[in-house]
Amino acid sequence: MGTTETGAKGKAGNADAGDTADAVAEAISTAPREEAEGLDGGDDTAASADGPGLGLFGWIRWFWRQLTSMRVALILLFLLSLAAIPGSLIPQESNDPVKVQDFLKNHTTLGPIYTKLGLFHVYSSVWFAAVYLLLFISLAGCIIPRSWQFIGQLRGRPPRAPRKLDRMPAYATWTTDTEPDAVLSVARRLLRKRRYRVEPGVGSVAAEKGYLREAGNLIFHVALFGMLIAFAIATLYKSDGNKVIVQGTGFTNTLTQYDDFKHGAMFDPDAMAPFGFTLNAFHATYAPSGPQKGTPREFAADITYFGGDGKNHNTTIHVNQPLQINGNNVYLTSHGYAPVVTVRDGEGNIAYQGPVPFLPLDGNLTSQGVIKVPDALGKGGTQDQLGFQGFFVPSFVPQSGSMFSQFPALGNPVMMLTAYHGDLGMDAGLPQNVYQLDTTNKKLKQFKNADGSALAQKLAVGDTMTLPDGAGSIHFDRVDQWASFEIVHQPGNELALGSAIAMLAGLAGSLFIQRRRVWVRTTRDAADRTVVELAGLGRSESRCVGEELTVLVGELHAEAPTAADTPDTPDTPDTPDTPDTPDTPDTPDASDAPDTPDEPVEDSPENGSDKERV
Amino acid sequence: MNIAAGVNESFAQLSNYLIYSAMAVYTLAFLAHIAEWLFGSRSKVARTSAALAASAAGAACATPAVKVTQHGGGTALLDRPQVVVRSTSDDRGATDGIGAAGTDEQGELYGRIAISLTVLAFLLHLGGVLFRALSVGRAPWGNMYEFSTAFGVVAVGTYLMLLSLGKKVRWIGLFLVGAVLLDLGLAVTVLYAASDQLVPALHSYWLWIHVSCAMISGAMFLLGALATLLYLWRDRYEIKAAAGRSSGALASMMERLPAASTLDKFAYRANAAIFPLWTFTIIAGSIWAEAAWGHYWQWDPTETWSFITWVVYACYLHARATAGWKGRKAAYISLAGFGCFLFNYFCINIFVVGMHSYAGV
Ligand code: HEM
Repeated sequence: MGTTETGAKGKAGNADAGDTADAVAEAISTAPREEAEGLDGGDDTAASADGPGLGLFGWIRWFWRQLTSMRVALILLFLLSLAAIPGSLIPQESNDPVKVQDFLKNHTTLGPIYTKLGLFHVYSSVWFAAVYLLLFISLAGCIIPRSWQFIGQLRGRPPRAPRKLDRMPAYATWTTDTEPDAVLSVARRLLRKRRYRVEPGVGSVAAEKGYLREAGNLIFHVALFGMLIAFAIATLYKSDGNKVIVQGTGFTNTLTQYDDFKHGAMFDPDAMAPFGFTLNAFHATYAPSGPQKGTPREFAADITYFGGDGKNHNTTIHVNQPLQINGNNVYLTSHGYAPVVTVRDGEGNIAYQGPVPFLPLDGNLTSQGVIKVPDALGKGGTQDQLGFQGFFVPSFVPQSGSMFSQFPALGNPVMMLTAYHGDLGMDAGLPQNVYQLDTTNKKLKQFKNADGSALAQKLAVGDTMTLPDGAGSIHFDRVDQWASFEIVHQPGNELALGSAIAMLAGLAGSLFIQRRRVWVRTTRDAADRTVVELAGLGRSESRCVGEELTVLVGELHAEAPTAADTPDTPDTPDTPDTPDTPDTPDTPDASDAPDTPDEPVEDSPENGSDKERV
Repeated sequence: MNIAAGVNESFAQLSNYLIYSAMAVYTLAFLAHIAEWLFGSRSKVARTSAALAASAAGAACATPAVKVTQHGGGTALLDRPQVVVRSTSDDRGATDGIGAAGTDEQGELYGRIAISLTVLAFLLHLGGVLFRALSVGRAPWGNMYEFSTAFGVVAVGTYLMLLSLGKKVRWIGLFLVGAVLLDLGLAVTVLYAASDQLVPALHSYWLWIHVSCAMISGAMFLLGALATLLYLWRDRYEIKAAAGRSSGALASMMERLPAASTLDKFAYRANAAIFPLWTFTIIAGSIWAEAAWGHYWQWDPTETWSFITWVVYACYLHARATAGWKGRKAAYISLAGFGCFLFNYFCINIFVVGMHSYAGV
């Protein structure tokens, strides 16, 4: 192909680094130049370079340079991905505290070590923060100078043509009879038509295009900061609480109403939005048959809510459709059954009447719960407390031989209860789990049958369990449903979304747009004809510079054709090592024409197997 | 939203038959590709090592002949000036191999058969996915079985589309068909789930957006990873060849692969082109999470591994722009990225319980 010599020259350790295609291509980006020294050997080199007395300032400067180098950015990115791993494999306090407790119980040696290392809250741990903060400092140190540089490039003009155009990654030349000025003016017109920024010079034209690539890259990296800030706002100001609501009852958004509540460090309880709602009905449908029998198909909660306007509105909350109200989102998180019971004490008084939420244990909603009756009178009027513990089974199938529910909907609801009396431990002042009875408490006595076995009874709706010795009774009135809601207030979502969109736009610009330069130069040869030279330069990643230059050459050549009787490559002093172009192109096949030089992604990596692709 | 709508059993059955037929035809295509490579090894191929020694570093760009008006007024076909393209340092001047079949006619015939069979298998495969969608009346990627089958359609579809656009990607055929067979094999055995409706958490139009983007990204990452593997392989071969050492039994095969720089470029383009879509996948997932769970980011294991995958691919893109990290090191990083994608899909979905109720296995 006759171009070997130029290639060889381009690669040889040329003293003029700016001459190699790589080095020149790097000049077109504002990416930080890599220092010659490696990371490890870096300190010696730097020290020896700056002399033995590096000094504090020198060290700081050295450290800063290292931190903001691409290599360290790479390492920090890599560390970030590594650091994120343990949190996905070890249970996390924030996602599943119960599992963390289990883990601690089961791993008595590993558990404490993990705790020390913060492995149960990886994403809020010091070392995880260290990695991403270093990364962001590095990022700032990287993009601030790059932004200035880029603004400089925008303000400046495309750089003048280098002296030796034939050293550029793509190059073409011919001799024409057209006047130099005419050639240049055609070139300017053609380049402008292709939306290049054109800088006319003396005897040459410089043009550049694709600034959006750099802009996109900077926007992307800046948007990462937006994301970080959005995360910080969310972490500091968010609040997040749960509430179980039985059908027919309601909730207002005050701290005391929540079953449990978490919030960020800057959360202000006085600023909680005024709203509330009542659960009117809950609907669930399940796959009635098939291999996924019993898996839920739809959950919906009909509610009536009031907001800042004080008026009531009716709506339905679905799983993916939270109620959005006053900056809060109300999510439907789970549901279950609440048997409604009437408990009478030894005196025959109603000691408790109402629904008691039971917690689901399995997919078919076999549920567990307790009924606590703190104010009961024993026979003869003595103060007593009653407690019931047991299971609720929405679809009990006696033939199945199983005490577990066979389907999640209410088919044949039954309760199995055992009963206690004595001290429920509720007066001890300690917060109690409403779903558990402390049966280890010695003062709590289980009711026994005459034969000494524990009293236990299966109750269908309408059944009554009578306690021995006239201690009272419990009647199973009906079954209500409950639903639990998560109420989330998380500011900063708009910033996160905006940053995400900016990231995407920036990335698209950065990856799909090519930054490239084209130069056209005209000189006169000994025979007073015009020698036209074109050169193209792109980033080392961009391969279509040659194709684009080919099209440009075609257009320019059409208007300034090769002089009829000249050799292909004139011998001008400026271009001593011009490659001789073969008489016929290798593949003069129109189908091989480059398609869309503007879109590097379209440009396939494989049109032509026997050539260096551009 | 009428979720209780049933499942069309006959469509579901048809879908299964189509998937099994597709697998059978893919197997034939795979065998035909092997025949292509085997017959190709008979052909005399110009030694890449010779080409490497010559190290023709530059080459002319293909230029269409242009008609130029001459002074005389007549039209003549003139030689247009050649554009000389200078290679960069990551290119050692090796030329692309001529393809699996080499110059062997029988090999070429088998290659064409392989492609035809792949097209046929693809149509069956596509039909299988479409009937699955019809049978359940929703997006056909609601569980791992469906995701895996649809994923294969996207991967093969992308490959066939590139082929039909005249891109020279036949070299990836054998490896892609092999990968898709593996994918379908896992789908119908380990991951199989009968046609059914979805749990409420998946009832959202974000299922269409988020999961389809994840699938397309994954398919492109797969193409990128296959090209990267071949790049690493061919690159080692070129290094050996340039040093004048012979390179073992598979030299004849590697000779017929595209040049390492071509494979590397293909891999880069696949990975870089799809990286924004992968970014969008994560963003779309976050928006969905916000709607479904109230937090756009909770470090759920699936989220975490998507993030890790993203960071590793970002690492790869950085490495490509960092001196001393281009080439093989960058290639390893991109493979690590694809490894993270696979780990997330298989290991996290199946073995780690998170909030994603996706698996359904
Ligand atoms: C916070 C983590 C970061 C992420 C997720 C990230 C992501 C990315 C991505 C995806 C690209 C590809 C775009 C392209 O190839 O044009 C890119 C390019 C780039 N990044 Fe980052 N980056 C991060 C941090 C940094 C840091 C700390 C630096 C500086 C030391 C940096 C400097 C660059 C440069 C110079 C490019 C352009 C490379 C080129 O011109 O090809 N990035 N970044």
